[in-house]
Amino acid sequence: MTGTPTTTAPRPELLAVQGVTKAYPGVVANSDVSFSIAEGEVHALLGENGAGKSTLVKMIYGLVKPDSGQMRFRGQPYQPSEPKAARASGVAMVFQHFSLFEALSVAENVALGMENPPPMRELSGRIKSVSEAYGLPLDPGRMVGDLSAGERQRVEIIRCLLQNPKLLIMDEPTSVLTPQEVDILFTTLRKLASEGTAILYISHKLEEIRALCDEATILRRGKVVATCTPRDRSAREMAELMVGATLTPPARAALPKGDTALEVTGLSVNSPIPFGMSLKDVNFRVARGEVLGIAGVAGNGQDELLLALSGELRTEPGAVKINGKPMGATGPNARRAAGLVAAPEERLGHAAAPDMTLVENALLSGVVRKSLVKNGFIDWAATGRFAAEIVKDFDVRTPGTHVAARALSGGNLQKFVVGRELSQTPSVIVINQPTWGVDAAAAASIRQAILDRAAEGAAVVVISQDLDELLEIADMFAALNTGRLTKPRPVEGLTIDEIGLMMGGAHGMEVAHVGH
Amino acid sequence: MDMGGINPAILIASLMVASVPIILAALGELVVEKAGVLNLGVEGMMIMGAICGFATAVATQNPYLGFLGGAAGAACLSLVFAVLTQVFLANQVATGLALTLFGLGLSSLIGQSYVGIKPPLTGTVPLGPLAEIPFLGPILFDHDWMVYVSIIACGAVWAVLKYTRMGLVLRAVGESHDAAHALGYKVVRIRVLAILFGGALAGLGGAYISLVRVPQWTDGITAGAGWIALAIVVFASWKPWRILLGAYLFGGITVLQLNLQAAGARIPVEYLSMSPYLITILVLVIMSSGKGKAALNAPAALGQNFHASR
Repeated sequence: MTGTPTTTAPRPELLAVQGVTKAYPGVVANSDVSFSIAEGEVHALLGENGAGKSTLVKMIYGLVKPDSGQMRFRGQPYQPSEPKAARASGVAMVFQHFSLFEALSVAENVALGMENPPPMRELSGRIKSVSEAYGLPLDPGRMVGDLSAGERQRVEIIRCLLQNPKLLIMDEPTSVLTPQEVDILFTTLRKLASEGTAILYISHKLEEIRALCDEATILRRGKVVATCTPRDRSAREMAELMVGATLTPPARAALPKGDTALEVTGLSVNSPIPFGMSLKDVNFRVARGEVLGIAGVAGNGQDELLLALSGELRTEPGAVKINGKPMGATGPNARRAAGLVAAPEERLGHAAAPDMTLVENALLSGVVRKSLVKNGFIDWAATGRFAAEIVKDFDVRTPGTHVAARALSGGNLQKFVVGRELSQTPSVIVINQPTWGVDAAAAASIRQAILDRAAEGAAVVVISQDLDELLEIADMFAALNTGRLTKPRPVEGLTIDEIGLMMGGAHGMEVAHVGH
Repeated sequence: MDMGGINPAILIASLMVASVPIILAALGELVVEKAGVLNLGVEGMMIMGAICGFATAVATQNPYLGFLGGAAGAACLSLVFAVLTQVFLANQVATGLALTLFGLGLSSLIGQSYVGIKPPLTGTVPLGPLAEIPFLGPILFDHDWMVYVSIIACGAVWAVLKYTRMGLVLRAVGESHDAAHALGYKVVRIRVLAILFGGALAGLGGAYISLVRVPQWTDGITAGAGWIALAIVVFASWKPWRILLGAYLFGGITVLQLNLQAAGARIPVEYLSMSPYLITILVLVIMSSGKGKAALNAPAALGQNFHASR
């Protein structure tokens, strides 16, 4: 747990953070955090969700004020009161959840992130030339709502680059990219670093950090627990520093496959979501005891597929068959009765009603399979027991079952909504992003629970953007790309290159290697 | 040139006058909605503008100061809305409706001593020989200056929204307040300013009714013009020039209905008074059957309250 000396070749220090503390009511997000970044250094900020990485960078970017502690930027005291001041000092940031405006054009989005943007025509020209110089081609006139996730990220990066930043902060930039797009991003980042731009890189993907970063600061529960040189450490060592415990990968028994429980044939459906992706001729079947993993970059039809399977989007009756029965034209409750449960990605507002209690939320989805309504009246006693059971079985940390869903942290709510579906003895399970925003230990237990249900004979469809997760739990692997699903293939024997190609490779990145 | 007792030149000229209050109020509301705020209190702000403008004009005997007073009075009322929805995060729909009811009541209270008084006259802009041109003259060059102000305002709002940084930031705030906040824009401040601007324009429109259109004070003088303005913003799919078009269309129907009555046509007046709303509903149906929200051109954050968490 001891730190190694930070720099071997002395490079001038760019940013120093000293003893920074920030507390919110009920939680200390950062406690006495210190680290420093040299010019041209790629520095990783590593930690679990909730470790305080985002709060820390928001302080550097001027979105949040620290309670105590100092920062120095190029030797000067640095206390940005707002992002404008941070940008003026030379700090730029690419956000985890894109800070883009869908109904505005690329050029307008870039202009909004600049202090004194040139006239639109000149700006469009500069966007073109800079984006091509860094191998990230962009059309300044296009509407951002029509761009892929990878292209949207380019908009953010270009927006930063046009201001010639000294420090570029990237908050989990690769979570929405295909492996090929990640390679291109890394090429760009290395080029930037070689030009002297320091990069503060936030991620919990350890292999990426080992490939890219010079130094790493590891945070756990708001405190710096270690600093290290990622190249000299194994991913496992860093993971254990991050979590503070040893990790056990989920175990599974090899099982004989049963009958087909879920069959999807020729599923085509228009997206009900603005800027959504329509599904085109999706075909697959899942047998009892089998886990189908569906990968894909966000916005390629994942939400639509979940809606079509859960029954929120109706289709041809024969397009979705549950246990042999055509159910494509029926709604969610009829499908639940037939044995299919679904957990959507969006926890608040889709999987759970934010202002209702956990008991009420348990009722909403459990009412059919758990028979929680008798003669038109709600059986509150049974519903309460059902909710308490979920809280206990899935280790949901909550003061009780009568708190509003909104009051739970993201990870705990995720455990609750996944647990609620898995506790209904389903024969088909459909989950979108089962462990999104959940810490490693909880993610492992959710994955284990999914595998347990599969072992009990449930057919499982897991839609996820986390490739490692899919490779860990799935038997069959397929990818969604612009609304089409590739033919499912057994996970065993798949290479990361093949997976990348299934996910659609690098969209429109032919010119991407110019900058190398 | 008469068609069934209706002179088209006079009809067009009078529809231009009839639509001025709607154009102004709708333009103001467009800016407010482009910033992501839904203020349903247009009717209340218009009638506050009508009484404040009337009172100021009577007190100063100057119609121009009257218009300023009307704009200021309505802006004050919209400030109530701004504080409630932007600072105390009250529900925008409920607050807007309350604002209309409050405005109607307050204006009636203030207006008690003004019933039966004549306001100072607002003159036409002297364009000399231009007004003498047959047919086109009375249509285009024989109006009071507010008619021209309303048209110029349309162009100005369009140009500011499309070409200036201020307009871009305003649209950005209405599109996604979270993203705008992350980039460091002052969402609440921008929205409050937009609400005040919308209030001032609604007030100008209201003052035009009590100072030029009618011109006197009676309770409930705006008679639903604020609601038509709200409908026109949607009808125009948030585009300034279409507001002009929509307002002339609806203003035309209002004028036509009076003329038809005078000409003794056998269409019941009620059908014509319903028609603006029916057309709005039709337009909404046609637009939303297109490509979802993008085709609708509605600001994505419309009506959502913003609270900067962390």
